[in-house]
Amino acid sequence: MTRYTSATEADRREMLAEIGVSSIEDLFADIPASLRLTRPLALDAGRSEQEVLAELRALAGKNVSTEDEVSFLGAGMYDHYIPALIDSIIQRSEYLTPYTPYQPEISQGGLQAMFEYQTAICELTGLPFSNASVYEGPSAVAAAGYVAKLATDRRKFVVSRGVHPHARESLATLAHAWKMEITEAPLSDGVTELPQLDDDVAAVVLSQPNFLGAVEDLDSLTQAAHDAGALTICSCDPLPLALLKPPGECGVDIAVGEGQTLGNRLDFGGPSFGFFAVTEPLLRRMPGRIAGETRDVDGKRGFVLTLQTREQHIRRERATSNICTAQALNALAGVIYLSWLGRRGIVELAELMLQRTAYARARLQEIDGVELLHDQPVVREFAVRLSAPVQDVIARCRQDGVNPGYALGKDYPEFADGLLVAVTEKRTKADIDRLAGALAAAVAKRPGPVEVGA
Amino acid sequence: MADPSYPSDLLYHPEHDWARVDGDNATFGITWYAQDALGEVVFFDPPKVGAEISMGDSYTEVESVKAVSDVIAPLSGEIVEVNGALSENPEKINEDPYGEGWLVKVKLSDPSQAESLMSAADYEATLGS
Repeated sequence: MTRYTSATEADRREMLAEIGVSSIEDLFADIPASLRLTRPLALDAGRSEQEVLAELRALAGKNVSTEDEVSFLGAGMYDHYIPALIDSIIQRSEYLTPYTPYQPEISQGGLQAMFEYQTAICELTGLPFSNASVYEGPSAVAAAGYVAKLATDRRKFVVSRGVHPHARESLATLAHAWKMEITEAPLSDGVTELPQLDDDVAAVVLSQPNFLGAVEDLDSLTQAAHDAGALTICSCDPLPLALLKPPGECGVDIAVGEGQTLGNRLDFGGPSFGFFAVTEPLLRRMPGRIAGETRDVDGKRGFVLTLQTREQHIRRERATSNICTAQALNALAGVIYLSWLGRRGIVELAELMLQRTAYARARLQEIDGVELLHDQPVVREFAVRLSAPVQDVIARCRQDGVNPGYALGKDYPEFADGLLVAVTEKRTKADIDRLAGALAAAVAKRPGPVEVGA
Repeated sequence: MADPSYPSDLLYHPEHDWARVDGDNATFGITWYAQDALGEVVFFDPPKVGAEISMGDSYTEVESVKAVSDVIAPLSGEIVEVNGALSENPEKINEDPYGEGWLVKVKLSDPSQAESLMSAADYEATLGS
């Protein structure tokens, strides 16, 4: 059998005759005429390969990457340095397959990488069990909601407005199908203010730090959730966890998060991976799989897939998750990155972000027309209010080669004047000074009657 | 685990479940054949006491190293007790399926349903050789 089989006109006739229809058109007879398109698709005439490539190249030329400007854009994905080591390892052909081998124990190296990854996530989150990764941060939050639903058999989620908008959307989409109700917990001075929780709340969903960059008081939020018999789900940014109290020690039951910042490039928004860690009582509700360390018949160290309770391999047609494919490679990048940083390195990196973020916050606060949106503690990102239209300010700064950050109004109408500014270790003091200069000029240059009258 | 056995004082459901009926009360479990087919049981998901279960429908799951399987209620009723020891020692389902490996005790809603269950000999005959 060849892998590519062409079909000639004679072949088609033979196939049609075999199934007893006279034309390909007859195969669509079941689709009502009213649903059919009776005209040709409105597409341009065909173009030559050279013309198409030239057009695509022109379109690609419009992209502005973090290499092309001094970027303070974050809002969930961050421009960290990616060591060359990562590519040189993950490009090995042994790791490149996206699939879980159906006899996974053949791939000892892959299983060992998962095992080391899980160990690192457990240490970062302070929780005893991590799976081998999920798709990305937002779907991790949604999957955590499902675990809470299964574990509590309750009907509501209380979701902080400080959780990433994409994660809130993902959870809402799936919760609709589970017939779960969502109540939003508002932000007060940048941090979550929980409403009264009744006994039908499955989980309180939080973010650390939250979308506005503020560090939440996880201890007391978790306590309030537990007092109502609800679980706590927290979406965590992994690098700040090097400085903050681990979610597991704050009583968080399910810690999830976006793994992009761990050695994965921005790459137009993906692919990345999500991490997922739980307390022991939730272990069997967890999606995905766990690699475990064991001894073989000769007593030698080896690795196996120990747990995959919700997957097709084991639940067949009743599987409730199917998180088993391509993120292994991105999670591998994550564990290489964490190993490259090391226990001391990750703390140094987080301290560097903390100091530079504090410096940037202080510098921007001095600017006339810029004030803090909240004054909560921050690690890597903070929010300010601008006296000039945010989109205009961003456009002017970018003309100066500086991307000052994310316009909060897109997701938060109440912060239409808000700008979210992220600082990674790649942004130097000189870069921050340049941001302050560009922002001051852009905010001052406001048009309109105010300026005329002044 | 040991040799096949199908005690004659029990009643059997074709989905490989047994019932020990005593008036309005019954104890349920899975048969030697079922535990053997599942392999090493690693987890028993305890159902809730007070739950209403129906003959022929799934009321809980057992997980083995090979698969997660539904457990079918051989009779209808209300769960009055769950074998809590299985949370720590699910392997009792393999080691002693008719004794320490029992799953739930049930207050029967219709004890006459028992007439449609099979005797040990009839059940064993369905298993073939």
